[in-house]
Amino acid sequence: MLTPEEWEAVRLSLSVSLRAVAFSLPPAILVALALARGRFPGRTLLDAVVHLPLVVPPVVTGWALLMLFGLRGPLGAPLAEWFGIRLAFTSAGAALATAVMTFPLIVRAIRLSLDGLDRGLEEAAATLGAGRLDRFLTVTLPLMAPGILSGAVVAFAAGLGEFGAIITFASNVPGETQTLPLAIYTATQVPGGEAAAARLAGIAFALAIAGLLSADLLSRRLARLLGRP
Amino acid sequence: MSVMLEVALRHRLGAFALEAEFTAPAGVTVLFGPSGSGKSSILAAVAGLLRPAEGRVALAGAPLTDMAAGLFLPPERRRCATVFQEGRLFPHLSVESNLRYGLRRAPRGAEGPGFAEVVALLGLEGLLGRRPARLSGGEKQRVALGRALLARPRLLLLDEPLAALDAPRRQEVLPFLEALRDRAGLPMLYVTHAIEEADRLADTLVLLEGGRVLAHGPLAALTARTDLPLLAARRDAGVVLPCRVAAQDRAAGLTLLDFPGGRLSISWRDAPVGAALRLRVRARDVAVALPGGALAGTLPSTLSLGNALPATLRAVEALGEAECFLRLAVGESLLLARVTREAVARLRLRPGQELLALVSAVSAGQG
Repeated sequence: MLTPEEWEAVRLSLSVSLRAVAFSLPPAILVALALARGRFPGRTLLDAVVHLPLVVPPVVTGWALLMLFGLRGPLGAPLAEWFGIRLAFTSAGAALATAVMTFPLIVRAIRLSLDGLDRGLEEAAATLGAGRLDRFLTVTLPLMAPGILSGAVVAFAAGLGEFGAIITFASNVPGETQTLPLAIYTATQVPGGEAAAARLAGIAFALAIAGLLSADLLSRRLARLLGRP
Repeated sequence: MSVMLEVALRHRLGAFALEAEFTAPAGVTVLFGPSGSGKSSILAAVAGLLRPAEGRVALAGAPLTDMAAGLFLPPERRRCATVFQEGRLFPHLSVESNLRYGLRRAPRGAEGPGFAEVVALLGLEGLLGRRPARLSGGEKQRVALGRALLARPRLLLLDEPLAALDAPRRQEVLPFLEALRDRAGLPMLYVTHAIEEADRLADTLVLLEGGRVLAHGPLAALTARTDLPLLAARRDAGVVLPCRVAAQDRAAGLTLLDFPGGRLSISWRDAPVGAALRLRVRARDVAVALPGGALAGTLPSTLSLGNALPATLRAVEALGEAECFLRLAVGESLLLARVTREAVARLRLRPGQELLALVSAVSAGQG
């Protein structure tokens, strides 16, 4: 059905998006906690910075990443020199770009679950002898689980479609950074590529639907587990 | 009795100023007052959930909060497990895991009832596998109570634990609280605005209004005071008598109660002979008669009222424009009667006078 190159693009998309979610999940939980509960100067600024990728053109986000993490960038140069990590024009870079783009989606989902969480439950846990970390691990985190999960699934599905930031920061290298959307774009640029574009577009469509359905299913499962009707 | 709990707090919450100070011996201490009187804030400060601006909280002599010394123990180190109005059960855990949550965190060697004992006491056997969402309101509060008990607290805090329940559910949970008081000997601090709960549970009553303590002391002594509008102005103002069931007369539909200094008959109540029972005798249900004549015997033959107790009039206290409270000594106990000024004048009532206190068996049997 698909050529090996096209399969490679699908596999790469899944891998890049999965790595992006894995990268951004722990910091997203921390940022969501800080935004929902923290009272510190610069909270509004942090909120704005986190949401920036939602409103700035993706190409601009990709360009900013290139400036920071390029081989001669202020972060890219030491990373390459000390750790041998190259981000620009690599699949790791594509994952970083995707992570930055989908970060606000995860933070939002987790924050929503935190806003709906009854702080009285943590107070009750405290009077029963549970310390701060204990309370977080046994009460807060389990009750945040639906938010974390739905955030992760939505971010994964959205990450499969990332185009602008990846092509600007990681370029369009087949087998390395050419994810599904980039492969579709490339197919439309070559004469006679319409059939390939259509096949790839069909795959992208199917993945998106599957992502949404599984998110819905999971959140219902979890809700039942948490005893909500 | 020695002092179990010392509380002295000064705190400001917006326009509301809390300035409360009281001490209480072991047993059940009820914080009673209208909503907004600061009783829940006091409980939160004892639990460590509210950090007062100034003040001190000590339990059995050991300070939990001493703001002057910079001491404020976090709630998890106070061992003051709390039962909240809404239960606050962990929705993601089964009833059994909820119950064991505090037990797992109780210090080794802490004394208290075991899991099986608490489950049996609160009748939770059939609920252990369920999720909190599938419990009724009364069941939730029983589980919350069990969870708090199993944390092996040194002081059990209860913040209007029955307020969210309807009357039948309340009647379902109240006996468990009474059993707890009578059996476990665990000190409790209980917040309520329902006088019935105070009557049934309190050893010590703390009256609160507008963030201040109006009075505190033993329940019977406080209810006999006529200078406390919070109690005296109520329609059900009256004295709470600690009684014991002396005899049951099922055929006549009467229950006989002994109280310090006398015996009362009331409408039949389902309780075994010897059981302890508290009776609120409302002042408006007590009348007086001059002794002699038709009323000379112990049981009047010309009256429907079931009780005529020899009493000594101790004092006559005005209640508003038209009425008076009579303070009547019956043996070692005190009764209040609410009569009109006109009656006081007509009978020429004077302190020191010997009277008969007439108490309806029906009204005394209620509540």
